[in-house]
Amino acid sequence: MYLPILVLAFYSFNQSAYSASWAGFTLAWYRKFFADERILSALQTSLMVALLAVAIAAVLGTLMTVGLARYHFPGKGLYRGVAYLPLIIPDIAIAVATLVFLAVVAIPLSLWTIVAAHVVFCLAYVAIVVSTRLTGLDSHLEEAALDLGATPAQAFIQVLLPELMPAIVSGCLLAFVLSMDDFLIASFTAGGGVTTLPMEIFSRIRTGVKPDINALSVVLILASGFVAFVAESIRYQGTQKRLK
Amino acid sequence: MTLASKHTPSAPDIGRPESKWLGPLVLLGPSGIWLALLLVLPTLVILELSFVPGIRPGDVVNPSGLQNYTQIFQPIYLQVIARSLFFAINTTLICLLLGFPVAYWIALIAPSRWRNLLLLCFVLPLWTSSLLRSYAWITILRPTGVLNTLLTSIGLPPLNLLNSGSAVLIGMSYSLLPYMVLILYASLEKLDRRLLEAAADLGAPPSEAFWKVTVPQTLPGIAAGSLLVFITGLGDFVDPELLGGASSMTAARLIYNQFLGATQNWGFGSALSMLLILAVSLAIALLIKYGDSTAQR
Repeated sequence: MYLPILVLAFYSFNQSAYSASWAGFTLAWYRKFFADERILSALQTSLMVALLAVAIAAVLGTLMTVGLARYHFPGKGLYRGVAYLPLIIPDIAIAVATLVFLAVVAIPLSLWTIVAAHVVFCLAYVAIVVSTRLTGLDSHLEEAALDLGATPAQAFIQVLLPELMPAIVSGCLLAFVLSMDDFLIASFTAGGGVTTLPMEIFSRIRTGVKPDINALSVVLILASGFVAFVAESIRYQGTQKRLK
Repeated sequence: MTLASKHTPSAPDIGRPESKWLGPLVLLGPSGIWLALLLVLPTLVILELSFVPGIRPGDVVNPSGLQNYTQIFQPIYLQVIARSLFFAINTTLICLLLGFPVAYWIALIAPSRWRNLLLLCFVLPLWTSSLLRSYAWITILRPTGVLNTLLTSIGLPPLNLLNSGSAVLIGMSYSLLPYMVLILYASLEKLDRRLLEAAADLGAPPSEAFWKVTVPQTLPGIAAGSLLVFITGLGDFVDPELLGGASSMTAARLIYNQFLGATQNWGFGSALSMLLILAVSLAIALLIKYGDSTAQR
């Protein structure tokens, strides 16, 4: 599993990146990468999209999950089905639908259209992580708060939200990584001047093997490995706490 | 006086019918609107568009026929669909063959305190960019890449794998293997070991116990893992595009070209996209039916 990733790491330090043999150690690709303004601005765009989309999805997704767990209403199954649809439907279908829709209602493509489209699948991932946590929770705590005179909003913020926090955070991290990784939906919903990191990487891979991509890979892999580690440990602590 | 007497006793009651609607509205309204606007409505729009032959961006929408769907039945496009299915099915088989032993080993043989860590190690590559994982395979498979350097150094002829169907299968299997392992692990972990012991006590050799006890019990997991890999493989764009070259046109690449490529035929692209959604729904429907029948047994 790690061989391909190690190969990238190996090449990122190799002086001659165009042949497979070792030509000596260098940090030149890293220097080149950190001085590359197009990559840095694409990274900035991606971070902004991911942070905005995840923030919106975290709020909407948490409210939705609690709402779905608490209320029974006609069409609930349909609502839930639609919310979880992005987990199953191929990215390309979502990308196409969003692009066509935006064209029909004549909304110009921009950074905001990427964010709006990313919220849709981030919502699904936040919701699925939070709902697993919610089903394991003791609902009496919130009822007790209500009995003691708390308003529903107080009970929600002071009792339920802290209990759900680990799940919300780990759902957000998952959604964040997926948003940072998304190439298809972003390239369908980005306007002319907007380029996210995956779009930049894709165009560089297509135009030929550029050695500074190896350096970029290593930096990104380390970063996402770190996020994965944080997410897993939060999830792990969450399950430990529940077992107690 | 009348006003006050009306208000004070019934204040909590007044709040009630209001909050009965307020709660669901606040909790479910915002995401409902978002999903309706950006998921449901768009899908309906491409459904409508798929009935418009030869539409280009900016054209007036005027649904008028099945031409986009009949276009799919041209041999050249049938070939594309067959190739997409071929990649998805073979990726599923490869992931199952490679993933089952790994999941079995982690769930049943490896020391239990290492289990979470082993699983984490196996799933960690999922957190890295899928584009970069494909790119890594380009570095390995290209004519002057790692693989050929190794092959020629031990005296074997070089292989030209990049831009072939094999490269796509390698890339896709690599991308999707962690999902398969994760789902099979979850299913194998719940395996009732007493049944295996019972089978051994009753004189069944390990291979027979495996086929008659382990496999049937993990069948729902195998089905779920295979379905996930199949669906993701069917809609995969990055691996065929980067590793497959011109000869590996798949449905997802074709759809991409109808919208962002030179072709610009949104109607045909929408029809293909609807077909993809239909195929995925069909696969899920089959799983639900199949899953139910295993649960009943």
